[in-house]
Amino acid sequence: MKKTILSFAAAAAVMSFGTMAAEAATKACFIYVGPIGDFGWSYQHHQGLEHMKKELGDKVETAYLESVPEGADAERAIERFARSGCNIIFTTSFGYMDPTNKVAGKFPDVKFEHATGYKREHPNVATYNSKFHEGRYIQGVIAAKMSKAGVAGYIASFPIPEVVMGINAFVLGAQSVNPDFKVKVVWANTWFDPGKEADAAKALIDQGVDIITQHTDSTAPMQVATERGIKAFGQASDMIKFGPTTQLTSIVDDWGPYYVERVKAVVDGTWKQQDVWGGMKEGHVVMAPFANMPDDVKKLAEETAAKIKSGEFNPFTGPIAKQDGSEWLKAGEVAENGVLLGLNFYVKGVDDKLPQ
Amino acid sequence: MRIELVKRPERSKLFAALSPLIALGLTLIAGAIMFSLLGKDPVEALYYYFIDPLREVWSLHELAVKAAPLILIAVGLSICYLSNNWNIGAEGQFVIGAITGSILPVMFPDFQSWIVLPLMLLMGIAGGAAYGAIPAYLKVRFNTNEILTSLMLVYVAQLFLDWMVRGPWRNPAGMNFPETRTFSPSAVLPEIWSASGRANWGFVFAIVAAIALWFMLSRTLKGFEVLVLGQSPRAGRFAGFSQSKMVFFAFLVSGGLAGLAGISEVSGAIGQLRPTISPGYGFAAIIVAFLGRLNPLGIIAAGLVLALSYLGGEAAQISIGVSDKVVRAFQGMLLFFVLACDTLILYRIRFVGASAAKTVEATQNV
Repeated sequence: MKKTILSFAAAAAVMSFGTMAAEAATKACFIYVGPIGDFGWSYQHHQGLEHMKKELGDKVETAYLESVPEGADAERAIERFARSGCNIIFTTSFGYMDPTNKVAGKFPDVKFEHATGYKREHPNVATYNSKFHEGRYIQGVIAAKMSKAGVAGYIASFPIPEVVMGINAFVLGAQSVNPDFKVKVVWANTWFDPGKEADAAKALIDQGVDIITQHTDSTAPMQVATERGIKAFGQASDMIKFGPTTQLTSIVDDWGPYYVERVKAVVDGTWKQQDVWGGMKEGHVVMAPFANMPDDVKKLAEETAAKIKSGEFNPFTGPIAKQDGSEWLKAGEVAENGVLLGLNFYVKGVDDKLPQ
Repeated sequence: MRIELVKRPERSKLFAALSPLIALGLTLIAGAIMFSLLGKDPVEALYYYFIDPLREVWSLHELAVKAAPLILIAVGLSICYLSNNWNIGAEGQFVIGAITGSILPVMFPDFQSWIVLPLMLLMGIAGGAAYGAIPAYLKVRFNTNEILTSLMLVYVAQLFLDWMVRGPWRNPAGMNFPETRTFSPSAVLPEIWSASGRANWGFVFAIVAAIALWFMLSRTLKGFEVLVLGQSPRAGRFAGFSQSKMVFFAFLVSGGLAGLAGISEVSGAIGQLRPTISPGYGFAAIIVAFLGRLNPLGIIAAGLVLALSYLGGEAAQISIGVSDKVVRAFQGMLLFFVLACDTLILYRIRFVGASAAKTVEATQNV
């Protein structure tokens, strides 16, 4: 008798969990590599989630996991999502590439969207990324106009193509204004570590740079620049709150429109595998308001932004020389996407040796 | 009123058995209060934390995947800590074991045979042990503090791995991303029962190592030597045991096991070398070793409990939407209560009344 009651209770419990899942709308799930409070990369993906939730309302249900380490933990986290009834899973860091594809093979009915990777081993895996380097070029233009020292500091994370692309675009933008402009690079070897990033900023300022840009995600460099009274660029999100008199502009990753589009495609049943590399034109990369600069610099920055946005100008248009002086692109030649996505050399004017 | 801790004349067997249960009870109460304050249903939260990860077979596999390196490293560390050698560098030995174990699949990908995997495991053990021998040698030869040297060598190992995967070992077909080529099937540690989940043989190694070291500690002369030299080096010398040899023995065993954990993790769970291959297993294992009271069998249980708290934390994040920070705070509470309650084994609590307290103070002032 006791046993029957117990098993009945268990069955009821299972049923109640079961119906909870069955009634759900389309479920979109997100995995972040950092904390959503980093005010950089993961924060912006989470802003994208919030935007998508607002747009699609009760048609979707969402869930997220933050600070998921790349490695063996990622595969478990993704599989847990796939099993918990997610219809589409966004894995938002490069290191999730292989785990994403592995889990995708096991769950053919779930859609997977991997940010910044290149592997699509199953028809249910799509990849997406943004042309952040377009914003870097504009930053370079502003830096060369604003800097008195003629040299900027660059806090970089890891020497992967995306970061190298950013450094090169920044230098090219600066050289379009001042051909002798130099960039000093410090590799922080982290995406998010406020202490290390602050140290890097201090070291650069001590070496005489008077403008800082960063390809790491915390607001620490912005805060150091404010303390030392120099100018800086924000990263991934609008960091103006952390440097009201410091931030010139910031490259804002706006994932919202993409997330709306892709989740809606799942709701409508029109989702297809794709590889998207959107930039300013598609609205995936947005510049924060140009601030703390004279009107003529602002005007030049706006003109440059408009040219890139309309597609009239590509930052990687020749003539461009490699760091050693040899020719990379002839006059008028535009770099192919394939080369950019595997970029492992600097252009002329970078004061650093690329870690190989 | 005041609370005092009074040392017991001997270990309390009763509290040795009861303290984990008291700790669990306190964790549940404190956790329930925390979840209620956050506006979550405490029963549901605790259900997702402790029960949900155990309900499905695939999740049990994941538990084994997460626990295997923790147990493997922690049992090795128990030998160190029992013999009074403070190896804090298991994380570095883990990384070096992973690198030396990966030499064959990364540099000779065409060499595919049944012998590859055993060789990889042996090379992983050798690498970890050799790396553990460095602080041991420095301690014996120069009397350096092994806590500092072993810890510093962790950073050396991590940066060495970082350099290897960005430079010499970078995957030629990997678009310049920092990772090695993926291992060929003959270099992948097989799954135990692949139809139901991805737990690999690393978990079996962990259990075997724990049982072997338990046997050594409790049934052999070597185990006696470990305990004697740990508790009283002077008595050990009279017995004819060599302190220096023990330093090497402890570091070689724990380094070797950490190295085995490293290559098992890379070969079984990840499938390639990446800039970071461990979310801090070498440091978490220190907690596991003490949670298991430095007893290899206790460490198996402790490793599983800590692994469960990671998995449960994820389940709670997904299902009831608490943040990552809450999950970690809860994990911290669990560890805090477990270690705090172990105090009851050696001490008892005495409540001192107000008047009695005054007398005590008065006598102390005199």
